[in-house]
Amino acid sequence: MNNWILIISCGLITFLTRFSMIALLKKEMFNDRIREVLSFVPSAIFPAIIFPAIFLDSSGDFQLENNPKIMAAIIAMLIGIISKNIIATIIAGLASYWFLIFVI
Amino acid sequence: MNNKFRVFLRGIFDVSPLMIPVVPFGLIFGVLSIDIGFSPIETMGMSLIVFGGASQIVLLQLFSGGASSLVIISSVGAVNSRHLLYGAVVSEHLSGLKLVWKIIISYFLVDQAFARSNEYFKNNEDKNKYFHLVGGGITCWVIWQTTTFLGIVLGALIPEKLGLSFAVPLTFLALLVNDFRKFINIIVIIISGLVATFGFNYIPYKAYVIVAGVTALITAAVLTNFKKNE
Repeated sequence: MNNWILIISCGLITFLTRFSMIALLKKEMFNDRIREVLSFVPSAIFPAIIFPAIFLDSSGDFQLENNPKIMAAIIAMLIGIISKNIIATIIAGLASYWFLIFVI
Repeated sequence: MNNKFRVFLRGIFDVSPLMIPVVPFGLIFGVLSIDIGFSPIETMGMSLIVFGGASQIVLLQLFSGGASSLVIISSVGAVNSRHLLYGAVVSEHLSGLKLVWKIIISYFLVDQAFARSNEYFKNNEDKNKYFHLVGGGITCWVIWQTTTFLGIVLGALIPEKLGLSFAVPLTFLALLVNDFRKFINIIVIIISGLVATFGFNYIPYKAYVIVAGVTALITAAVLTNFKKNE
């Protein structure tokens, strides 16, 4: 049951962030400056999920040697920069990861 | 053909190409959620109630790391703060609508639907144009629920050796592809990543996502300010 309370709370906060601006605000309340800074939210938040998942092991210790995730992430990033394509980036990363753990 | 329905179909048509990357994302979510120990019903409930890919993955990630509910909920809030921007941008096009439509549209206001409908709204002055967002949003919804379901079913068949958990950082990395070319974004990305990685064991309550996100956002505010004053 506890899990359901957590799920519903996360649902509520997701809905409220989407709803609040549509319902309450007029466009003028968000000046260009705030808009500009908010446009950096993905760049500011997503790496906080990406980096620990690549560089740390499941117990939170640094894992810098024998870590195929680092090389696979670099390859994915390079493919992403070249292709600007989300799906190509994911496929390149997974393919190189599997290549590193199964073939080499 | 009824105009509302035509705009609705246009929304489906416009958002469809953006659904391709959502398919693996939904599958990965379903597989991981079961892997972490949520029941199939809870997993499906997350996709139905939360209906936000990034939010749901953050929920899983922190839950499996043993974070408290409060930290999970506030981290989901931090991830969602980008929706404040979307809402503020589309609100001018929706100001005449009834409350019930605003509620419906808010539920469907996901990244992909926002991106396509915002373009459509800018170029069209039709009083029914909000049906574009409804069409795009429902398309995302159907794909997300279907792939979550398939992930739950397939999860049992996928061997752990495949290391699918690596798909989580990979998916978020892929969502940033357009930001790797911009100088300020690169600095912001590196700061957020370093704070989260080095703070992972030291920031209490697993609040590293929030601490790293806020630090990086402040950096973005400072750097864009410098750029303006040059």
